[in-house]
Amino acid sequence: MKNRKDQRYYHLMLIPGMIFLFLFSILPMFGIVIAFEDFKPAKGVFGSEWVGLQWFEYMFKLPDTGQIFCNTLIIAVAKILLNLIVPLIFAIMLSEVPGKHFRKFVQTVTYMPHFLSWVILAGILTNFLSLEGVVNSIVELFGGDPVQFLASNEWFRKILVISDTWKGFGYSSIVYLAAIMNIDQQLYEAAAIDGAGRFKRIIHVTLPGMLPIIMLMLTLSLGSVLSANFDQVFNLYSPVVYKTGDIIDTWVYRSGLLGYQYSLATAVGLLKSVVSTILIVVSYKLADKFAGYRIF
Amino acid sequence: MVGQDTPRYRAVNWILRVLLLLAALSCLLPILNTVAISFSSKRYVNDVMFWPKGFSLSAYKKILEDEQFFRSFWVSVKKVVVGTSINMCLTLLMAYPLSKSERIFPARGHYMRVIIVCMLFSGGTIPWYIVIKELGLLNSFWALVLPGAVNISNTIIMMNFFKGLPPALAESAAVDGASPLQTLVHIYIPLSTPSIATLSLFSIVGHWNDYFNGMILINDPQKIPLQTYIQSLVADISTKINSMTAEEIQAFSEISSLNFNAAKIVVAMIPVMVIYPILQKYFVTGLVMGAVKE
Repeated sequence: MKNRKDQRYYHLMLIPGMIFLFLFSILPMFGIVIAFEDFKPAKGVFGSEWVGLQWFEYMFKLPDTGQIFCNTLIIAVAKILLNLIVPLIFAIMLSEVPGKHFRKFVQTVTYMPHFLSWVILAGILTNFLSLEGVVNSIVELFGGDPVQFLASNEWFRKILVISDTWKGFGYSSIVYLAAIMNIDQQLYEAAAIDGAGRFKRIIHVTLPGMLPIIMLMLTLSLGSVLSANFDQVFNLYSPVVYKTGDIIDTWVYRSGLLGYQYSLATAVGLLKSVVSTILIVVSYKLADKFAGYRIF
Repeated sequence: MVGQDTPRYRAVNWILRVLLLLAALSCLLPILNTVAISFSSKRYVNDVMFWPKGFSLSAYKKILEDEQFFRSFWVSVKKVVVGTSINMCLTLLMAYPLSKSERIFPARGHYMRVIIVCMLFSGGTIPWYIVIKELGLLNSFWALVLPGAVNISNTIIMMNFFKGLPPALAESAAVDGASPLQTLVHIYIPLSTPSIATLSLFSIVGHWNDYFNGMILINDPQKIPLQTYIQSLVADISTKINSMTAEEIQAFSEISSLNFNAAKIVVAMIPVMVIYPILQKYFVTGLVMGAVKE
């Protein structure tokens, strides 16, 4: 079946894309050498002084580092858990409620925030959560004291986790809904004949039927424990909440692109990339082993 | 089914309806709040809940005079059109040879390995920025579309879809003397319009929503896309508001124009809202497609 002329076509079709990948993905990978240099833009990548692991040593002495890794981990893990549980419960509720049109309406509305950018949502949430905003009006109505949610170290992480879940729960539920639709109806009928109520059916038929997809989603989210969502944090945070809300990506952005500490920021970013890549590879292997799921 | 008509069953249905309605409202109300603010008069901005207070179109009239807004809107439109075209061309061109088996295209494995490495590992923001700077792309329109020219996950989804088409199609075309490019254009692409539509719509939304490239790669305000422009406004306002007391916010919103910003946010949402119904029809298929296994 191998055809010489066709081979040439195949290579030619792949070359344009490969050039872009080379320029914007592979070249930056070589760019990580600046993490081992005292990089000065004027001297360039090849002219800057080689300093070995100096930046990594410096990084571990920096008080910021522990803080940002800690923040990232707490925020990311909380998001992973809620992004699993809330869409799951939502999908089960949606599948249990009668009425096609009602379901369609709820789905249409809840999928929407997923498609809006964090820039837009940050604008909306800033209005919604400000001291004079809707949430605080309701808090005051019930006699509470108004809270500056986005400027409070006590609240900021909670807001990040809640708003991230809020943006994605509808859209993420699609996968679980598809899993529920695939469960054999006869199992439900058998359970009903055995006298199982709705709750028992969910526990003994729906959830076990969804177990593979739940495990798969959990495994695949392993790769994001060091990515707490730059776009969201960046658009919602302010210097007041750096203590609880600053994550690796936002710190790298500030110290590197705004503070011109190119080498240090690259070193921190590199550490994150390496750990994330290892976790992703492990999670793909696990997903393949336990769920038979292969991406490639 | 048995036991579906008991009072208890119906009561639970009502509880479910109420809870799901609350979930839907939670998604709708914050957006509605900003829409209401945008239609309110400046004086009442802080009292607005979900319905405009002191209805006024002044914010929208002001947008008509905001040159920067229109310039950025136009940049965003260009970015969406050019960016999506590049994305889709490259996706189709790459997905076709990659969908061939190693028997037909022995070099496939090498290309796949490169693609997987690019997908799993990244050099990080700083080296990426330096490369783009060295290529002389800073401050140019191309910085908004070229760095993301290849969308790896779209390519893999498309590749998996092509794999699902019968190989006999390509074989018989080859017998008739068609080159692989002709086979792609005349046979594969017409057969995969739904998938192409889905991926294009996702690409459109992605390009429209992207603010990051515009923020760090473009300094000239003439050339920034709309999301970057709005990002700068929102960041400005939220840093101020977050450090103010309630009285200060009152005073601030009288002199500033929260309703003006709200109106810009609303206009920036419109394109996504217009595409959304079409998108919704397709994206379930899109997700299922992505799960197709080798």
